[in-house]
Amino acid sequence: MPKITYVTFDNISTTVEVANKSSVMDGAKNHGIDGIAADCGGACACATCHVYVDDAFVAKIPAATDMELGLLDAVGDRRPTSRLSCQITVGPELDGLVVHMPESQYS
Amino acid sequence: MTEITNITIVGAGHGGGTFAAALRSGGYTGEIVLIGDEPHIPYQRPPLSKDYLKDAASFQQLQLKPEQYYLDQHVSTHLGSRVESIGPAAKSITLEGGLSLTYGVLVLATGSRPRRIPLPGVDLKGIHELRTIADADALKPIMQDGKRIALIGGGYIGLEVAASAIGLGGGAVVIEREARVLARVASEPLSNFLQDFHRAKGVEILVDSQVTALEGDVEGFVKAVLLSDGRRIPCDAALLCVGGVPNDELAKGAGLACDGGIVVDLSGRTSDPSIFALGDVTRRPLPLYDDQMFRLESVPNALEQGKQIAAELLGKPAPAAEVQWFWSNQYDLKIQIAGLPLGADRRIVRGNPDDGKFSVCHLAGSRLLCVEAVNSPADFLGAKALIGQKPAMDLDKVADSAIALKAAILSG
Repeated sequence: MPKITYVTFDNISTTVEVANKSSVMDGAKNHGIDGIAADCGGACACATCHVYVDDAFVAKIPAATDMELGLLDAVGDRRPTSRLSCQITVGPELDGLVVHMPESQYS
Repeated sequence: MTEITNITIVGAGHGGGTFAAALRSGGYTGEIVLIGDEPHIPYQRPPLSKDYLKDAASFQQLQLKPEQYYLDQHVSTHLGSRVESIGPAAKSITLEGGLSLTYGVLVLATGSRPRRIPLPGVDLKGIHELRTIADADALKPIMQDGKRIALIGGGYIGLEVAASAIGLGGGAVVIEREARVLARVASEPLSNFLQDFHRAKGVEILVDSQVTALEGDVEGFVKAVLLSDGRRIPCDAALLCVGGVPNDELAKGAGLACDGGIVVDLSGRTSDPSIFALGDVTRRPLPLYDDQMFRLESVPNALEQGKQIAAELLGKPAPAAEVQWFWSNQYDLKIQIAGLPLGADRRIVRGNPDDGKFSVCHLAGSRLLCVEAVNSPADFLGAKALIGQKPAMDLDKVADSAIALKAAILSG
């Protein structure tokens, strides 16, 4: 299974194995990683699973849909590498992926 | 306050499950007991009318946390267990079968259930309701093979199931008593848009239609819905989806103050200082609307109340009031609503419904109260951020969908 590293806003990283075809959000949920709230459960409705994708992986992830881009347009701490983790499907090409969680998702 | 060593949660749904996890991530190390009447660990209900029904999501994907989480985090679960009564004086609960447990703090997250209407024929075979995974599993096979389902009630669940039926190659007829679908929960432009959209997809939508009985065949299977004007609407199955009622009987039995739901304050506390409640079952104050009391059936509402209770029990500052929000997916439409249109006196539609992408903005004077967004996620999130701040808006800019909603604040 691909390994994914989740890094909190205060730089604590956790590396876990995430099943192919599940989402990067599912990986956080299943391993009890805080910082990806996913209030809507992965319906691309709430933008509480916002992450910054490591530069090396940006091009390996299919482009965001209009719906995801629309939500990202409105998040307060958007960067060029911003994605919604519920919309990133895990596959072998994402082995070693590193995502950073924004401070706003810690409450 | 003396140290809390036991928190017992009755109701293992989205609200109860998330609250249990919030206690652990908030640093609580005492005992957590989570009791649910379904034989499942907590799972999300919203996909039951959508992706789960269409086999686009598995039960495992619906689970809030994997099974192992509850073991690792020492959350004791009693699943498939119904609580029969609460004894507030002894701080005890009695489970079906007689087991008695004592609690330090009790949190009621018992949710709501579908409203049952006393119609002749309501006990026929093929008549469903949709609340649990078991309900969805019973509904799934019927929705395939081109069968036609009658949705009794034109609310969000009825419309979502209609969209799922069409997506599965089946047929659907929505029967609504009011003059439009979503009459109580959406504005007229949104109702009208959705009615047109569903009809274009092949759903039959009947409004101003009062159901009087359900008709069965000789084997006792529902075959038609009968209306008060004499019409007979054929169907292969029917779903009763005319809203929900709070599961507040336990609370009433314990003498807690109830008023169409368990009455709680902004820390989730009931009229008993050791008993809290959250989610669909509660009637709660809304600080953004002058603390008026509401019973809301939504996931974000339950999550917000879970945060309020966790903060109170863990001695943390009370969280800021959240803007209420709701969402629905139908076909390729994403409907997202931020805020409630209470006291609105002005309505502005941004964008054009004919494009399948628009927002209905509700204001009181120049103050933004609520936005119903269809395939307009930036309007939704913009509104969600703005509404809590109660800013004065530039109405011309609000009406111009080329200008971001968050840039439509009146300057100076």
